[in-house]
This record gives sequence, C-alpha cells and structure tokens, in this order.
Amino acid sequence: MATEPLLSLRAVSLRPNGRTVLDAVGFEWNEEVRVCALIGPNGSGKSVLLRTAHGLLEPDEGEVRFEGRPPPGDGLAFEGQALVFQHPSLFRGTVLENLLLVPDPPGRPRSERRERALGMLDRVGLRPLAGAPALKLSGGERQRLALARAWLTEPRLMLLDEPTASLDPSATEQVEQLIGDIRASGCRVLLVSHNLGQAARLADEVVFIHQGRLLERQRAAAFFDCPRTSEARHFLQGALPWQLTTA
Amino acid sequence: MLAQAIGLLQNFESDVVEIVALSLRVSLTAVALATLIGLPLGALVAVARFPGRGAAVVVLNSFMGLPPVIVGVAVYLLLSRSGPLGPLGLLFTPSAMIVAQTCLTLPLIAALARQTVEDAWRQHGETLRSLRVPMVARVRILLWDCRFSLVAVLLAGLGRALSEVGAVMIVGGNIDRATRVMTTAIALEISKGDLALSIALGIVLMTLVFALNILASGVRAAAMLRHGH
Repeated sequence: MATEPLLSLRAVSLRPNGRTVLDAVGFEWNEEVRVCALIGPNGSGKSVLLRTAHGLLEPDEGEVRFEGRPPPGDGLAFEGQALVFQHPSLFRGTVLENLLLVPDPPGRPRSERRERALGMLDRVGLRPLAGAPALKLSGGERQRLALARAWLTEPRLMLLDEPTASLDPSATEQVEQLIGDIRASGCRVLLVSHNLGQAARLADEVVFIHQGRLLERQRAAAFFDCPRTSEARHFLQGALPWQLTTA
Repeated sequence: MLAQAIGLLQNFESDVVEIVALSLRVSLTAVALATLIGLPLGALVAVARFPGRGAAVVVLNSFMGLPPVIVGVAVYLLLSRSGPLGPLGLLFTPSAMIVAQTCLTLPLIAALARQTVEDAWRQHGETLRSLRVPMVARVRILLWDCRFSLVAVLLAGLGRALSEVGAVMIVGGNIDRATRVMTTAIALEISKGDLALSIALGIVLMTLVFALNILASGVRAAAMLRHGH
C-alpha cells in the first residue's frame, strides 16, 4: 500500500472577503526533500499558505492533509507540525517558562518536561539565559527561543515563516545553523524566506508562488540556475512587483 | 469640623477602627471571591468560541453598571426568611454584605478581564493554537501573561466594593458594631448631623484607596521593569 505524503494540498483556495489569496494551490511533499523553500514576492500568499498547511486557516475550497489526516478542526494546528512565526509571540516570564508551557508530545511524561526544556535550551545555546525574562531577549535570541519552543513539540514537519527577517548576519547564521540541526534530526522543514541566498543554501527544493498561485516547483539548484516561468525569472532578477504583473 | 475629624483619627477611636476593619474585611473578601470566579470566566469568554458568545459579552458589559440598590434588593430577596436561602440566616450579617458585594464586583472584574485577555489572545492566539495548548491551559497562560494589567482590574473591583453604599445598607442593615461599614456610617452620621465622624471616615476611605493604588502601581512598575513589557 502506498504511504501517504507528509503534506498534501489539493486545489486549495482561500478567499477572505471575496479577495483571492490562494488560488487552487496543489502540492504534495516529495519524500526525498528535507527542506523546501517557499518563495515569492510580498503579498503572494506565502504566509497564508503556511498557516493553511498548518491547520490554522481553513480553505474555502480544496483540502489539506498531513500524513493523510485532515485538519483537527477547532482552529487547532496539526499534531506533528510546528510553526515559527515571523514575529514570534513570547510570554511574560522567563525563557524556561516559555518552554514549559508547551504541551508534552504524545508518549512523553510530564515529569520529564523541565529536563527536556533545559536540554532544548542547551541545543539552541540559550541555557545560560534560562532564568532571564523572555521579553528582554535580542531579536536573534527571541527567534532561537521560538525555534526551541517549536522543536520541543518533536514535530515531523517544521514550518518557518521568514525566520531571519530583520536579524543581523551573525544572528541569521546562528538561526541557519539551527535549521541545519533540525534538518539533521530528521524533521522536514518548509521555509518561507525572502532571502534568496538563504533559500539556495538551505533548501533542496523551491516552490515559487505568485499572486496566490503555485507557478513553479523545482530542485533548488535548477530553480536558481534556470527558472521555468517568466514570473520567477523576473523575481530572481529583482524586478518590481508591478513589472511582474505585466510580464 | 476638620480638626475634630483629625482628632478622632489621632485618638484611634475604637468606633472608627471597627468600622474600617469591617469595611476592609467585607470588601476584600468579596473582591477575592469575585476574582476567583470573574477572572477565569472573563478569560474563557475571551478565548472560547461558542454560540451566543456575543450575547454573553453584551450581558457582562451591561452588568458592569449594575445599580447597587438593585443588587441589594435581589440579594435581600434571596436571603430573606421566605427566600430560597433564608434558612441559612445570613441576612443582616457581614456574610450577606460579602454576597452582595461579590455580585456587584463579579461582572465588573469578569468584563474588564475579558477585554484584557481578548487583547492578549489577539497577540498570542495563533501561537497557542499552533502549539495545541488546551483551553484550560490557554486561560491560565493568558491570565498569567496579563497579570500586571489585571491588577488594575482588581483595583477597580475593590474601588467599587469599598465605595458602594446601597447594597450593603439593604442586606446589612447598618447595625452598630455588627454590619456598619465606612460608607453606611458616613451616610448615617451625615443624616444625624455628626460631620466630624463622616469626615474622619471619608479621610480613611480616601487614604485607603490612594494607598492601594500606589502599592499596585509600584508593584506593577517593578514587575514590568524586571520582565519587560
């Protein structure tokens, strides 16, 4: 019997207030792909697609499945997925307390929660800041804490929404190293990024989205060498959005 | 008149001390009970989505302005000898006053908590849903996250409890050395023409309100400094 793809979107459309944000997007996760980059101009629907794939937004048409399962409903995300938002919301408390609020993954006893959280802080290099107020962290530290919080759920698919936007090069490098660690742990990663260099460095596959439509999907090296669509070509050349729409 | 009032306070008159102590006992207990029920209730309405939620919000908001005499009459009917809770024998006791003030402050605390937590839900809702945090834990996490803002909510509740006169007058009866609190004593002494005691109690009431607000502001500022905003 064929195994279900990790993530599949079938003709997914989203039209809040009659405005088309996603237009019949179809996508099936390729089993060989460890990191997939979702790129496209501002307002193309990348973040909305990420939230829809996560189960936070319900499509008006089409269906989303994760490991063959439909979304759990009630606005909850899929079990087995984790999402790191572009601007992660941290809670008023210590760094450790921000991790302790994460529910235990299935099969993990509550008694181990604190040890697992401290271990995760070690992995992301924040152990010395365990007792520090989370709201006083720098941008890079906040992003690493958000990654730690997501990783602590032991996801099989991690969704990252521009995880290094507005970070300096040093903080960006630290976050990219963590994404490499997450990849090495066996977790698949769907990454939204405006940083094309980052997409080229991290991704095995690139999905290009424009005006809510999935226009192109290729191995990363092939996409950056020779994009198939004129929209992707213009985008890579740094063309402006209004030039793209008339291309 | 003012000198007489200050004299009463300086001599630490036992009447004044008793009245102030009972006022604090009744109002603090009522606010504590209203907090225990009102904060989770308000947070739940903020976070949960259920049919009739809009109506629940309107009812909560409307009850914020509930007239104390109406609450007093309702609690009186409930606790009077022929009322459903008459056998408990609570009418004209401090317990009846606590019940009345709890009813009065509960909607205020719940409605203001709902507004505060709803703002926090807008900020953190996606994260909590993404982490699959269960409903009860969401309420707990958001209440804890809003704790500094909720201090102001509790102070508003305490202010309402300490300053109301109608409800405690009806269910307490303003009995000397039994159910007389600052506001009912002030009303009585004014009607008797004893302005000195009224002014003395007024000074105590205002001092208490100011002291509580200063204390709460201090705690809030210190905590914000430690945790960030």
